[in-house]
Amino acid sequence: MIAEVGLAALWLAAALSVLQLMSGVFAVRGHDELGALVRPTAIAQGALAAVSFGMLVWLFLITDLSVKLVATNSHSAKPWIFKLAGSWGNHEGSMLLWVTVMALAGGLIALIERRIPEVTMRATLAAQAFVAIGFYAFILFSSNPFERLPMPAVEGQGLNPLLQDIGLAFHPPTLYFGYVGLSVAFSFAVGALLTRQVTPDFARAMRPWILGAWIFLTLGITAGSYWAYYELGWGGWWFWDPVENASLMPWLAATALLHSVSVLAARDALRTWTIMLGVVAFSMSMLGTFLVRSGILTSVHAFAVDPERGTFILFLLAIYIGGALAVFGLRAGSISEGARFSFSSREGALVFNNVMLSAILGIVLLGTLYPLLTEAFDVRVSVGPPYFNPVGAIFTIPMLLVMAVGPLLRWRQDSLARIKLPMVIIAVIMLATLALVVILGAYSLLADLGLAVAVGLAIASVLPLRGRNLLRVPLATWGMVIAHFGIAVALFGMASESAFSEEKLAAVNVGDSTQVGPWTVKLESVTPVAGPNWTAIEGRLQASYDGGEPTEMSPQARNFWAPVQETTESELATRWNGQLYAVVGNEASQGRWQLRLWWKPFVTFIWHGGMLVALGGLLALIGRVKTDLKRRRGEDFVDEESADAEAVA
Amino acid sequence: MIRLLLATLLATLLAAGMAVPALAQYRLPPAPYAYQQLENPAAEAEAQALMETLRCLKCQSQSIADSDAPMAGDMRHQVRTRIAAGEEPEAIRAWLVARYGDYVSYAPTVSETTWPLFAIPFLLILVAGILLWRRIGRKEGDAA
Repeated sequence: MIAEVGLAALWLAAALSVLQLMSGVFAVRGHDELGALVRPTAIAQGALAAVSFGMLVWLFLITDLSVKLVATNSHSAKPWIFKLAGSWGNHEGSMLLWVTVMALAGGLIALIERRIPEVTMRATLAAQAFVAIGFYAFILFSSNPFERLPMPAVEGQGLNPLLQDIGLAFHPPTLYFGYVGLSVAFSFAVGALLTRQVTPDFARAMRPWILGAWIFLTLGITAGSYWAYYELGWGGWWFWDPVENASLMPWLAATALLHSVSVLAARDALRTWTIMLGVVAFSMSMLGTFLVRSGILTSVHAFAVDPERGTFILFLLAIYIGGALAVFGLRAGSISEGARFSFSSREGALVFNNVMLSAILGIVLLGTLYPLLTEAFDVRVSVGPPYFNPVGAIFTIPMLLVMAVGPLLRWRQDSLARIKLPMVIIAVIMLATLALVVILGAYSLLADLGLAVAVGLAIASVLPLRGRNLLRVPLATWGMVIAHFGIAVALFGMASESAFSEEKLAAVNVGDSTQVGPWTVKLESVTPVAGPNWTAIEGRLQASYDGGEPTEMSPQARNFWAPVQETTESELATRWNGQLYAVVGNEASQGRWQLRLWWKPFVTFIWHGGMLVALGGLLALIGRVKTDLKRRRGEDFVDEESADAEAVA
Repeated sequence: MIRLLLATLLATLLAAGMAVPALAQYRLPPAPYAYQQLENPAAEAEAQALMETLRCLKCQSQSIADSDAPMAGDMRHQVRTRIAAGEEPEAIRAWLVARYGDYVSYAPTVSETTWPLFAIPFLLILVAGILLWRRIGRKEGDAA
């Protein structure tokens, strides 16, 4: 019965989304008889989608094995938290989560958003419904999560042991929240295009969704990178894998969109550019969903053999992106670009960096899709770090330099001569850092430049606060400062890891020691241990930094038997200035054991930086929402424009 | 990132009948230089730099320098022994490319099949330049 309720709610939600689209379209075309239906329909659609997803979660929690999805992805003996996570840890469930979050977001804007003109609001909700219909159709026709088995299974097939990791369980929903937030921004963009009302109010309505999406994407990428780092056992933290790029591309687009929407909100400039980025950002999240969900990454040919789902998503991708670009092409010409500004101004710097971000996005897109394209013609090429790193750096380094000085410039018009002193200071710091790292013996060009830029940017990012009463600095400005500082911190970690990592592969007798960087690592013992569904070899290590107090470490080499899989459970010893990464491998000759050790100075800065960036986004979001609420209550009126436009004197 | 995808992929590959030969391979001890560095630090650095640009053919998007796959181990052994014997890194790469095709190398080379990878970024620089130049060119007051 639970499954049937879920399925019925899903069909009803799909039907309501059609109604929402129709009434919205009529409203835009001037037949307003149904216009009043748009908001209530969006709210009801959100509620029904939530009921449907709730039913799926319920089925997983009680492990109803008569439902095919539960039987193939769950097990009665799993801890409840993984039963819960199992409901979205598969294709059908994750698509249902996607559309549920989207419907809830639509319901929420229908409920609370009152700033923009009603007709634009209706057009926005119609666009939202248009996107949702495609996903409902996809789920109902090719990925029904509520399908029953003719005979209930005796026991579920369980979940891949690698996936039974709390971080990983919550990784996909984090990214989905990001993707869905961008779909809301896209709907706003389409709504505004249809009614030609691209105004600062529209930008302020759209901004919290972009900020929210951007925070989730930042967290998702940061967590995913750390997971790859500790789980894969070789100390790599970013592989330019298409699945990673699928989350990076929406992030790059969202970053550009976030900055351009701020210009629109504060200065009523960059109207068409903001709309364009809204379309691009959503296209990137659709592309990400397509890459991950269609099976095309396994092999282009495998995709061609079983194309039903992939073709469906590709079809949706073509309709949404093609449709949005068509509307953009038809309408963009009739929307003026807005207020003017000179190149050496805050807007000028933001435009420069928007163009740089778009170029980086173009390169990641090219490098990700090109091998898929050639594979279709039976030519296999590999595009990896040796391509992405230098080619991306051509655009990243100028972008970071402009990012250092941009916040020091005034809006509209300024002169570089006015900020000559801070610019000289930043340049001197960068050159001094560069000289220092070369003296320290790091000769990798990209890593050295990265370290120099990171130190300069870290200093530059706090300069907007100088000479101000810190208690009176708006939250949004704090957000910017912290996010920019976070980028510098992450970059420092990346460059330091690349320049100064030391590796040691050694075969060690029990009782012997080996050296890596400043660490001495002694192999105390090797013991077999067993877990619920694995056996393992566990090495006990005593690691001491620079002859100090030893730290106990116990990495494992695990053998899972269902399914058969070997994994390495690395162990990390974290200090403020880096991590020792230890892995125990197989038995070598003469009773010795393989140890893999890395000393990675400042590697943790990568993820701390990512967290700081997300924190900055969160502060900005809180600041913006608070201002909105004050504005709505009309009490203690704070002019958001002045908060937005405040230049650093 | 969503490495679960490739984990699942690996698991499926194993389950789909490759389990037996793959396991048999695991039982063999790895080649000596798969998990052992060269004595000479300069040679090891050279080998490491080369390994980081060679693709592990059994993995998804990993170089042979960061994979536990037995084949990646064998390739590391090949690279290290050949470097130790004084071979040039590019000669080793050419030897591997001759055996496994261009797919094995991550090193960006301009060829008949890869030129768009380099042409398009140049185009992007050009487009970015034009976009920005138009912004600079249009001084305050004459923007559209």
